[in-house]
Amino acid sequence: MKKEDYLKNQEIKYKLGVIDRRQFITSAIATGIAVPTALGMASQLQAATPKMGGRFRMGLGHGSTTDTLDSGTSENHFTLVNGYTFANHLTEVGSDGQLIPELAESFNSDDGKRWVFDLRQGVEFHNGKTMTSEDVVASFNHHMGEDSGSAASGLLTAVKSLTADGKNRVIFDLESANADFPFIVSDYHISIRPAGDMASGVGTGGYILESFDPGVKSVLKRNPNYWKEGKAHFDEVELISIIDPTARQTALMNGEIDSMDRVDLKTINLFKRNPDINIMDITGTAHYTFPMRLNVDPFGDYDLRMALKWSIRRQELVDKILLGYGAVGNDHPISTANRYHNADLPQREFDADKAAYHYKKSGHSGKVQLSASDAAFAGAVDAAQLMANSAAEAGIDIEVIREPRDGYWSNVWNNDAKGWCACYWGGRPTEDWMFSAAYTNDTDWNDTAWKGTDASAKFNDLVKQGRAELDDNKRREIYAECQRLIYDDGGTICPLFNNYVSANSKAIATEDNIAGNWDSDGAKCVERWWFA
Amino acid sequence: MHPVIRTILERIALGVATLFVVSLVIFSAIELLPGDFSQVILGQAATKANMAAIAKELGLDQPPHLRYIKWISGVIQGDLGTSFSGRNASGVDRSRAVVDLIAPRLSNTLFLASMTAIIAVPISLVLGVTSALYRNSIYDRTVNTATLTTISFPEFFVAYILILSLSSLWPIFPSLANVDADTILSERIYKSALPALTLTLVIVAHMMRMTRAAIINLLASPYIQMARLSGASQSEVIIKHALPNAWAPIATVIAFNLAYLVVGVVVVEVVFVYPGVGQLMVDAVSTRDIPVVQGCALIFAITYILLNLIADIIGIVTNPRLLHPK
Repeated sequence: MKKEDYLKNQEIKYKLGVIDRRQFITSAIATGIAVPTALGMASQLQAATPKMGGRFRMGLGHGSTTDTLDSGTSENHFTLVNGYTFANHLTEVGSDGQLIPELAESFNSDDGKRWVFDLRQGVEFHNGKTMTSEDVVASFNHHMGEDSGSAASGLLTAVKSLTADGKNRVIFDLESANADFPFIVSDYHISIRPAGDMASGVGTGGYILESFDPGVKSVLKRNPNYWKEGKAHFDEVELISIIDPTARQTALMNGEIDSMDRVDLKTINLFKRNPDINIMDITGTAHYTFPMRLNVDPFGDYDLRMALKWSIRRQELVDKILLGYGAVGNDHPISTANRYHNADLPQREFDADKAAYHYKKSGHSGKVQLSASDAAFAGAVDAAQLMANSAAEAGIDIEVIREPRDGYWSNVWNNDAKGWCACYWGGRPTEDWMFSAAYTNDTDWNDTAWKGTDASAKFNDLVKQGRAELDDNKRREIYAECQRLIYDDGGTICPLFNNYVSANSKAIATEDNIAGNWDSDGAKCVERWWFA
Repeated sequence: MHPVIRTILERIALGVATLFVVSLVIFSAIELLPGDFSQVILGQAATKANMAAIAKELGLDQPPHLRYIKWISGVIQGDLGTSFSGRNASGVDRSRAVVDLIAPRLSNTLFLASMTAIIAVPISLVLGVTSALYRNSIYDRTVNTATLTTISFPEFFVAYILILSLSSLWPIFPSLANVDADTILSERIYKSALPALTLTLVIVAHMMRMTRAAIINLLASPYIQMARLSGASQSEVIIKHALPNAWAPIATVIAFNLAYLVVGVVVVEVVFVYPGVGQLMVDAVSTRDIPVVQGCALIFAITYILLNLIADIIGIVTNPRLLHPK
């Protein structure tokens, strides 16, 4: 056995508790490692080994008195974290971005149309009931149908039928093949609850809900029967809604909470100086867009859209709006954190000549109106002003209209009254999901009204093909082309991908990978982190 | 009937009439709000079908006058309705009665308001009386400058300064005041210390200056001169002769500030994460949870009317001319 292998072996044994600290250090020294180094290695390993115990208090910048425990109406980050803490799903997006089975033991499909999920056996709900296929079917039915009132109903329209096959197997029949279906069932809305009780907060998760005060806090205690191994390390958890960023940061600095999301970027440089705090900066799929509606004049014109796409200083927006905590976008919604990101597309940057050329060709004259409000994202109005400034250099006159925050999503965004506005997207874990959320012609949130052009017709065909394609390489090609079509002909300007910036007390330890599918380690930080 | 009792009854009747007008104003103001509940609760995830389903379930497809009648007749029977949130089209309805939502928050708010009042009212009275007593002295000027300074700063600024000094630099009090129903009294007082102090600093100036002004105003009256001539000392003059006649304006300004403590401290609630009724109402407005907004607005109106009524009664009872009209 080689020295490295031996050491690796000893490391594993130490992590598992087969040998103790002294034995580990002795064996490390035996391989020729100096004593201080060996001691350091032992401490590092100790930190990396999850420890049980403690009361984890987390301050979240969301939460409202209208929050409920019904996952069908989950929409803010507080409800996401809370939901993922007390309930499980059929599948889960692991911290490395790969899909892994959760309450399903395995899943497979031959044609992408018929999906068979074999359930994990002997999993108990917090009320003592054993989870069976009946609960899974009831949980899905809760979100399906026209009048379900669930925000996830749109995700499940393709499900033709859903049947239980015995106690431990569920079969989904889809209208058309969808290779990403197992990803969809990991969505935070579709949690598995006991049949007949979708709203009281009983789940199979690592923590049992003790009390929930909407918009205030949620208190949970560890589920002693949790089926998942190596997860859920804290004894008690308190999720506190602290909307004010200054209050959140003060609470973390004073040790009244152990972790917080959404650090205020304006003060992050001062905040970072605190020696007891770790800042986490995670690239995700969330992005800011400026959708132009093709059915509203003058945005139906290809050259005008092109002119605007070329007239934006993207890096300046990243530096000034996100203070560097983000990445430039390339006018399509697929992030580098996605599986099939098209890295071959040339990055679009400000080019006054190209912008002026397309603008002239479009024949448009006069102002182009851009509606913005900080309801879309913090700094949206500033971003719009910066865009107006850079566009002016190319001879394009953008008039920024400041819209009221109230009712922004109903009166401005995705509304034919406004041709161009600011918007944000939380991003989606798969390409197909993102495209079908906002870019295909059958979704209500096609906020660019990108329908009817040749490119969009081709795009819609490709998305359908990609959904049914089970071959990885072919899918990569298809999705690369989809991204190119949006980049070129689409109505969206996507200049920014915003990072998730959060902060922890140094006492908190995390796994090596931190998920980027949602903020807070894929919103599953409570079961993944521990006190070092 | 004793004239005081008759006046009180008159005032109560007027209050009820005012409330009715206020309810109309509240209802029509909410009608004017853009956006609707289903859009907000479903967020970007609102499809037309989902929105219509929710609107129908909540009765929002009914014309406004019918909804007003339904609401007001419920209110008369003590039923503020059911919150829009927590509704669930299939399965169990977990929505909560507005009363259940407001009650714990209101009791938190009342707790903070009383705690602040217990600190602030005696301080302002003592400061007001003493600064009138030592008018134009260095003491008077210091007190005036200090209280005017604290009232001139925005509340959140005062709050942050207190957090910085009493929670970060010298950690005496916690910066999070997230009390709940199970918090015991001593801990509740400890946790609410900073918000109560902030509010005290914000309201003391108004009450203190009004006390001072009311007393100084009276010092020019002939009967005070008479008292002086009969040999009463300055403090006797103020406490025995001037103060009883100054109660009416002082009571009015105290009532005004107490009402403010109940209805207008949402900024302080946000900074200290205090679960009060102001936060509840702001949340409800932003999510268009109309029954809760209406309930809160109505309770705020009642608070104002009640406290003003009490101030009026104090004014009458302490004023012999009003107490014994000819």
